[in-house]
Amino acid sequence: MKPEPFHRKDLLSIRGLSPGEILFLLEITDSFREVNEREIKKVPSLRGKTVVNLFFEPSTRTRTSFEIAGKRLSADVINISAAVSAAQKGETLRDTARNIEAMATDVVVVRHPASGAPAYLARELRCGVVNAGDGCHEHPTQALLDLYTIREHKKEFGGLHVSIVGDIARSRVARSNIVALAKLGAEVMICGPRTMLPAEAESLGARVTTRVEEAIEWSDVLMALRIQLERGGGAAFPSAREYANTYGINRKRLQGAKPDLLIMHPGPINRGVEMSPDVADGPFSVILEQVEYGVACRMGILYLLAGQRNATGAADAAEDDSGTEAAGEGADEARKPGVENAVAH
Amino acid sequence: MPLLIKGSRLIDPAEGVDGAFDLLIEGGRVARVDRDIPPRGGDDVLDAGGLVAAPGFIDMHVHLREPGEEYKEDTESGTRAAAAGGFTAVACMANTDPVNDSSSITERILKRAREAAACRVHPIGAVSAGRRGERLTEMADQRAAGCVAFSDDGAPVRTAQLMRSALEYAGMLGVPILDHAEDMSLSGGRVMNEGAISTALGLDANPAASEDICVYRDIRLAALTGSRLHILHTTSGGAVGLIREAKNKEIGVTCEVTPHHFTLTDEEIQGFNSAAKMAPPLRSEADRQALIAGLKDGTIEAIASDHAPHYEAELQVEFDALPFGVVGLETAVSLALDRLVHSGSLTLAQMISKFTAGPAKILGLAGGSLRVGVPGDVTILDPEREYEVVPGAFESRGRNTPFDGMKLRGRAAAAIVGGKVVMNRISGETVIDAGFPADAGVREGAGAGEMN
Repeated sequence: MKPEPFHRKDLLSIRGLSPGEILFLLEITDSFREVNEREIKKVPSLRGKTVVNLFFEPSTRTRTSFEIAGKRLSADVINISAAVSAAQKGETLRDTARNIEAMATDVVVVRHPASGAPAYLARELRCGVVNAGDGCHEHPTQALLDLYTIREHKKEFGGLHVSIVGDIARSRVARSNIVALAKLGAEVMICGPRTMLPAEAESLGARVTTRVEEAIEWSDVLMALRIQLERGGGAAFPSAREYANTYGINRKRLQGAKPDLLIMHPGPINRGVEMSPDVADGPFSVILEQVEYGVACRMGILYLLAGQRNATGAADAAEDDSGTEAAGEGADEARKPGVENAVAH
Repeated sequence: MPLLIKGSRLIDPAEGVDGAFDLLIEGGRVARVDRDIPPRGGDDVLDAGGLVAAPGFIDMHVHLREPGEEYKEDTESGTRAAAAGGFTAVACMANTDPVNDSSSITERILKRAREAAACRVHPIGAVSAGRRGERLTEMADQRAAGCVAFSDDGAPVRTAQLMRSALEYAGMLGVPILDHAEDMSLSGGRVMNEGAISTALGLDANPAASEDICVYRDIRLAALTGSRLHILHTTSGGAVGLIREAKNKEIGVTCEVTPHHFTLTDEEIQGFNSAAKMAPPLRSEADRQALIAGLKDGTIEAIASDHAPHYEAELQVEFDALPFGVVGLETAVSLALDRLVHSGSLTLAQMISKFTAGPAKILGLAGGSLRVGVPGDVTILDPEREYEVVPGAFESRGRNTPFDGMKLRGRAAAAIVGGKVVMNRISGETVIDAGFPADAGVREGAGAGEMN
C-alpha cells in the first residue's frame, strides 16, 4: 500500500477513499504537524481563501479544530451555527449553502444531523465540502486523526487489533473508523449491547461481540465512544448506571488487557459512564494527542481542498491566486505538499 | 361515434380471451368482440395491428393532490399522466388537504374530474376524520357520493379498535378498507429498510417486521369481522406469506405491489439517492423476489403505482427531510412489461390481469373486462416498444422518479375511455385528448354496491 494523490473536490466519507488516499492524508497530516509546534504557528498557504464552518449541530471540539486549522493556514474562517442560520426560517439546506457559496467561499465544512447532508451539498455546490460529521453516517476527519494517532504509537496497521466499544449503531465515528481501519489492514471488533449494534453489523467488516471483556483482552487499541446521554437512552439502554456497570472502561476491567494497550476516545467524555477518570487520564490514554493531531489533520484537508481548486486547473482561480503560496504550483506539488512548499514564499 | 379497434391481439384475462379479435365500442360500451369485424360507414377505425388490446388499465392507488396541494399535482395533470401511462381509470387517495373525509370533498373531487380529467376518477375516502385515527368518517354518505373504498393511506389505521370498527362498517357498505400497513412504533420517522445498506449509510431504518406486524393485525381483524381488507403497497416477503396463508384460509384479504418495489431494492439508496425514498421502503432482494413470487402465484392480485408527486423545491433537501414517495403513473406499465413479462416471471395475460380484473374486483368496479355491455375502456399495449424514461417529458408535475434514464421495453400505445381515444402514441408522438363523452362519465364503472 502506497500513498496515492488525493484529487477530490470534497471529503465526504472514508468509504469513498482508496487505501492509498488515506495514507496520503496521513502523510500530509505529518507535514502540517510541525507548524503547530512552532513558536509562530501560522503559514500563509490559504491567505485570501475563505473557509465556512456550517454547523447544524452543536460542536465545540470539531468546530474549534477546523477553525484553528483554517486560521493557522491564514484562511478567513467564518462560523455559522444552525441555531442562528436561515434553516429555521424555512430555507432549504441547498439555498443556505448556495448563498454561502455565492459569497465566494472556497471550502464549506458541514456538520449536520442528517446522514448524507454533506454528500447532497457536494453535488449542489462547486466549492469544496468537508464532512465534519453527518447524522449516524461518517465523520471522516475524526477517523483520519484517529488513524494518525494509532500509527504514531503502533507504526503499522496490518494485523493490528482495534476494538470500538459503545453505541455503534448511532456512531458516525465508529462507521468511519471501522471502514478506514479495514482498508488499511487492521482487524476491528465492535462491542456494545445488542441494542447499540447496527443491523447486519458484520456487514461493516468487523467482528462483533457483546462482551466488553472479550474486546479488552483481544485489543491492541481500544476506542470507547461517547454514550449520548442527551438522547435519553430510550430503548437503546436502560440507564447510564447500567451502561457503566456493564460496558464502562475502568482500571479493573483493564486488568486483562495487553500491557501496551492504547486507549482512545473521540470526546467529549462522560467520565464515569463509558470511561472512568483514571483510565481517561491514565498512562494508556492518548485522548489529548487525538485532539492535537486533529488540527494538523484538518489543516491538511483544508489545504488540499482549497488548494485543489487551483491545482485541478480552474484557470481563473489560478490567476486570481497568483500571489498566494502553493497556488498554481500544479498537481505534482499538491501531491507532495509538505510544509516546505506550503511556506515557500 | 362508434369506435372499431382492428387487428389487435385481444387479451381479456377476466373472460379468458386471448386471440386475434376486433372490438367495437358503441354508445360508450363494449358492443361486440369478434374475429374481423367489418367497418361500417361512420365507424372510427383504430388500426391496432401488431399491438395488444386489453381492458382499460386501472391504477387503484394514486395521489392526485387535489384539493390542497395543486402545486404538486392536480386532477388535470394527474389524470393526463394516467392516460399517458395507459390508464383509463385511477382511484385517488384521501390524504388531500382538506382530507377527503366528507361527501362534500368527495363531490368536489368528482366535480373537478368531470371538468378536467383525462380518465375516470374513483375517490377513496378516509377511514377516520382528518386521518387522525380517532373516529370513523361518514362512510355511508361518502359511499353514496362516490367513494369506492376507504383508507387512511400515508399512515396505517391507527389502532386495532379503529380498524375493527372500520372493517365492520365498510363491510356493511360492501367496500374494502385499504391499509397502509406499518407498525408506527417500529417505523415512525425511519427513512429506509433496515439492513446492511442502512448500516453503511447510518440512516434510521425500519425492519420488514414493521409491515408484517400490521398485516397480521389487519388479517386477524378481517377474519374476526368477515369484511374485506386490502393491503396497500406490500413490500416484505413476510407480509406476502401472511397474506397467502390468509387467502388459503379464505379470509377476505387482497393486496397490491408497486412497480418500484418489484423492480428495486434498498441498494438503490446508496449515495443517498433522493429519488428512492418511499414508505414503506424499498427492501431487500429476498423481499423483491418474494413479491414477484406473490405476483406469479396470485397472492398479489394488483399492481398499483402509489403515484406520489412532489414539488421540486421540497426535494432539494437532505435525505432525512425528503418527503416519501415517487411518481409512477407514466412508468408503471412499462416496468411491468419489462421487468415481469419480458423477464419471464409473468405471462402477458397475468400481467394485464394485475392492472384490470385484479383492481376491478378489489374496488368493485364494473370495468376490468371487455365483456359485451361493460364500459368501453381499453388499453392498447405495444409490448416491444423500446424507449428511455425522460422525467422532463412527463405529463405529471412530479419528476421524482428513480427510473430517470432507464431504458425499458414495452409501453402503452393508446388509452380509450368510453369509446373515446384519450391517449394515442401508436404513430409515434403522444397525443392526449382529455374530453370524453358525458355519457361515459367519470363515475361510470364504479360498482353500485355489493360485489360478489
